[in-house]
Order: sequence, then structure tokens, then C-alpha cells
Amino acid sequence: MKSVAVIGASLAGLYAARALRSQGFDGRLVIVGDECHGPYDRPPLSKGFLTGTTTDQGQLALADAEEIAELDAQWLLGTRATGLDTGGRTVLLDGGRSLTTDGVVLATGATPRLLPGPVPAGAHTLRTLDDAQALRANLSSSPVRVVVIGGGFIGAEVASSCAALGHDVTVVEAAPLPLVPQLGPAMAEICAALHADHGVTLLTGTGVARLHSGGIETRVTAVELSDGRLLPAEVVVIGIGVRPRTDWLTDSGLPLDDGVLCDAGCVTPLPAVVAVGDVARVNGVRAEHWTSATEQAAVAAQNLLAGSTVATHRSLPYFWSDQYGIRLQFAGRRLPTDTPRIVEGSPDDRSFLACYERDGRTTAVLALNRPRPFMRLRRELVNQALSA
Amino acid sequence: MIPVCPLADLPTGESVRIDTAPPIAVFHTDGQLYAIDDTCTHQDASLSDGWLEGCLVECPLHAASFDLRTGAATCLPARRAVRTHPVTVQDGMIYVHHAAEEGTAA
Ligand SMILES: Cc1cc2nc3c(=O)[nH]c(=O)nc-3n(C[C@H](O)[C@H](O)[C@H](O)COP(=O)(O)OP(=O)(O)OC[C@H]3O[C@@H](n4cnc5c(N)ncnc54)[C@H](O)[C@@H]3O)c2cc1C
Ligand code: FES
Repeated sequence: MKSVAVIGASLAGLYAARALRSQGFDGRLVIVGDECHGPYDRPPLSKGFLTGTTTDQGQLALADAEEIAELDAQWLLGTRATGLDTGGRTVLLDGGRSLTTDGVVLATGATPRLLPGPVPAGAHTLRTLDDAQALRANLSSSPVRVVVIGGGFIGAEVASSCAALGHDVTVVEAAPLPLVPQLGPAMAEICAALHADHGVTLLTGTGVARLHSGGIETRVTAVELSDGRLLPAEVVVIGIGVRPRTDWLTDSGLPLDDGVLCDAGCVTPLPAVVAVGDVARVNGVRAEHWTSATEQAAVAAQNLLAGSTVATHRSLPYFWSDQYGIRLQFAGRRLPTDTPRIVEGSPDDRSFLACYERDGRTTAVLALNRPRPFMRLRRELVNQALSA
Repeated sequence: MIPVCPLADLPTGESVRIDTAPPIAVFHTDGQLYAIDDTCTHQDASLSDGWLEGCLVECPLHAASFDLRTGAATCLPARRAVRTHPVTVQDGMIYVHHAAEEGTAA
């Protein structure tokens, strides 16, 4: 393989580029990214970057200048890929340019879902550094009323950060309880209680009908709920999930279904095209987590260089979240029928370890502020998975 | 010199965090004691909560790994080393010699 193009210059793309080089690829490496920033880390955007503990953009950078130089790649930043030919050999770029290549890594991530209708000023989504900067600017003045639409992990983190900054925060969640798909009802309830601990109002079981904005100025003024209630707001954050960025691949012939479909080795039906990170549906599963993006990159690079699936991504799903000063960690594969059992600590102290069990076996583990025992159990689960 | 705990209270394979500023983590590996800065240089996890394997400790948040002997980061996502601090045992008590306190370059 003489040349590889990585499309998406963020976490998964950078880790794939690194993996290609560390696995001996010495050909031409082109990295295309539509943001004008070099690779940066997204998790701090809803956490320290909003509250001001991670102020400097340099702290977000995923690679330093020395490493960028070592990668010896050609960076096309501020450039959007608009298409991939059906053989996977030509990547179309905006401005009518194109790139011919032997291998392609698809790492275009995901983009926030929006509410129908226009987005008035003061209403934000949070995916990119530019989004986070815009939101931060809106939060820097005197206390405002913030409505966070969506009570998932990003919504909860934003609510926590806004509350820490002294704003008046309401979270609106359409489901009867947030985070149930991820954690199951019992554990989700404990996590939902964190909002109230910190004076944040959680309204559940009601969707959002529309955003109101003021007359001449189009700034948001209120959120209208589907039951007709009106929540006045100066700032609104829309955290209702993401969709994978496969829009540019519709004519590529690649199978797309909520992600780029690929096998357990991140390989698409075209052996010279692999997919990694939030955009990839690997063996039927699309993960939206930091660790999956980095782990998939190594596997995908190996298979791309080999020309076929010689390695598969089998690692145990893992993610963390930081809310209200509490670190939440989850690992494993949980089914809705698995029963959580608290094995250490207590939910009352907001510090505990819970194992999800199926037929006497542990399938997943959740910790709030218990990193050490969490790590031990996570490793046990990994070993179990490897020996199964 | 900062007292940590009696050696008897820190069995092999265990670690303890001391609340200096910045905090320090002390590890007892097979027959050896090591002290390093407790905060991972990647983000903000506590390395005393990490996974100890030989002379390496793996961060509990994103699995960066550090060599206890040198403080060097041996795998991503961490890129910078943590500081190491000398450890001694006197009369069954573990002491850390804070590198900065001793006038060593931080
Ligand atoms: C605010 C926030 C907080 C998070 N917190 C956590 C957390 O606590 N724990 C956790 O496990 N995970 C967290 N995540 C998730 C984690 O950041 C993602 O899983 C990870 O960023 C996925 O990496 P990726 O490279 O696949 O996608 P992305 O990071 O989305 O990168 C894709 C890149 O491709 C670019 N791109 C898209 N289309 C094109 C195109 N056509 N041409 C060129 N470039 C294109 C995009 O602009 C982007 O730069 C968080 C995410 C966000 C947004
Ligand atoms: S905080 Fe230690 S690896 Fe990220």
C-alpha cells in the first residue's frame, strides 16, 4: 500500500494515522478534516472547558508539534470530503479537488441531532471546539437561565458545568427517566438524583415542541414543552444525541445504516476501506465512546495494511462521565434483563460499585467515585471475555 | 521528609496516596517502594487508583501507563512523565522525600 487517506482529523483519525505509522506504513499519508483545528480531545468540552479548569486550547490538543512532525502526514484541514468513488480509490473534496489513494480510513465521527426548525442565537449544540467556545461565551456573564434539552451523558455534564458556574439550570428529558438504555432503571435513577443534589431541576416525560425567540432579535427566549409549558431561558443546549456523519458516503456503494457497516475488524466490503470511531458500525454495534475510537483505530490499521481482516475488535465497551464532581465509569455488555447489585459503598454517599448480573455471572460494572475496585472488575471482565 | 504509613500497612501490590500539594502516590511492588506524582499527566485521574503490573502503573481513566522507576509515560494518551520522588523506610515507617522540597528541579 503506497498511500492512505484518513478522512476525519479527530480522535479516531489521529489514532489510525499513528497506528499505521507504528505498524510500519511508510507511504504517503493524507489526513483530511473539515474543522480548521488540528486533532483535539472532545470529552473536556462539556466538562473542564466549560467550567474553566481546562482553559487553554493547548491542553485539548491530542498531539504535540513534535508528534505531528513525526507522523509525516499531509494535513488538509478546513477541507471537507464530499464523496468516495465506488472502488474506494478516489476521495472527492470540496472545491472540486480530489485525492487518489490506495487505502481509506473513514473517521468522520458524528454530528448532533437538531430539533426541527431554525436554531436561534443562544441555542447551542456541543460537539466541536467552536461549539464549546460559543457556549462558553454565552455563559460568561451574570447568571442566566439555562435549559438543557436531553438528559443523557452530555446533557448531564453540561447541566453540571452550568450549575457549577452559578447558572439556573433545568434539564428536560423526553423519557420517564434519563440514561435508562445505558444503565437500566435502578442505576439511572441514582444518577438522575445527582441533578437535584445540585439544585438542577429535572423535568422528565416531556418532549420539546419548539424554541421561542424574541421579535427583532432572534435570540432564544423560552423552550416550549410538548405539554404546553413554557420555560423561559437565555441559553439552551440541545443534547439529544448524534447521528453518524455518513451523508457524504451515500453514493459510495458502501453499506450504510446508522453508521458505516463493517466487520469485526472495522473493514467494509471494500478491503481497502476501513471505518473507525463514532461513524463505524462494527459488527452490528456503533459505539460513541472515546476508548472504542482509539482501540478500533489500531485494529483497522492492521487490517488495512494486511489487505484483509486479520484482527478483530473484541474489547469490552468502556466509558466514563464526570458530573457534579462525581466520576462515573461503566464497562461491559449489559442486557436490559441483567440485575444490578451494589457490591461496595452506597448510593446515598454517591460512591458505590454495582455489578450487573445474569445467571450468577457479572456482565457489566458501574462505579460512581470508586475507580480502584472498578478497574479491578473491569480487568476481570476483560479476561473473562478473552477466555470465553 | 514526609511520613507515609507503616510499611506493614502497605502490602505488596498496594498503593497509597498522600495529600501533599501536588499529591503523591506511593506503590509497593515486589520488594520495592516507589513514589510518583499522583495525578496522571493526561487529564486528572489519580494514579494511586491505577493498576499495578511489575514496575508499571496503568491509569484508571484512559489506560495510559507509567514506569514507576523513571516516571516516564510508556503509552498514550499520556505523553509527559510524572515526577518521581525518593522513598525510604526508617524504623518500619515509609517516608517520601518530596523532590521539590529537596530543591531538585521540578
Ligand atoms: C462534549 C463531548 C463530551 C464527551 N465526553 C465523553 C466522555 O466523557 N467519555 C467518553 O467515553 N466519550 C466522550 N465523548 C465521546 C468521544 O469524544 C467520541 O466518541 C470521539 O470523539 C469519537 O471520535 P471520532 O474521531 O470517531 O469522531 P469525532 O471526534 O466526531 O471526529 C470526527 C471528525 O471528522 C470531521 N469530519 C466529519 N465529516 C467530515 C468530512 N466529510 N470531511 C472531513 N472531515 C469530516 C469532523 O469535523 C470531526 O473533526 C464526548 C463527546 C463530546 C462531543
Ligand atoms: S487521565 Fe490518565 S490516561 Fe487519561
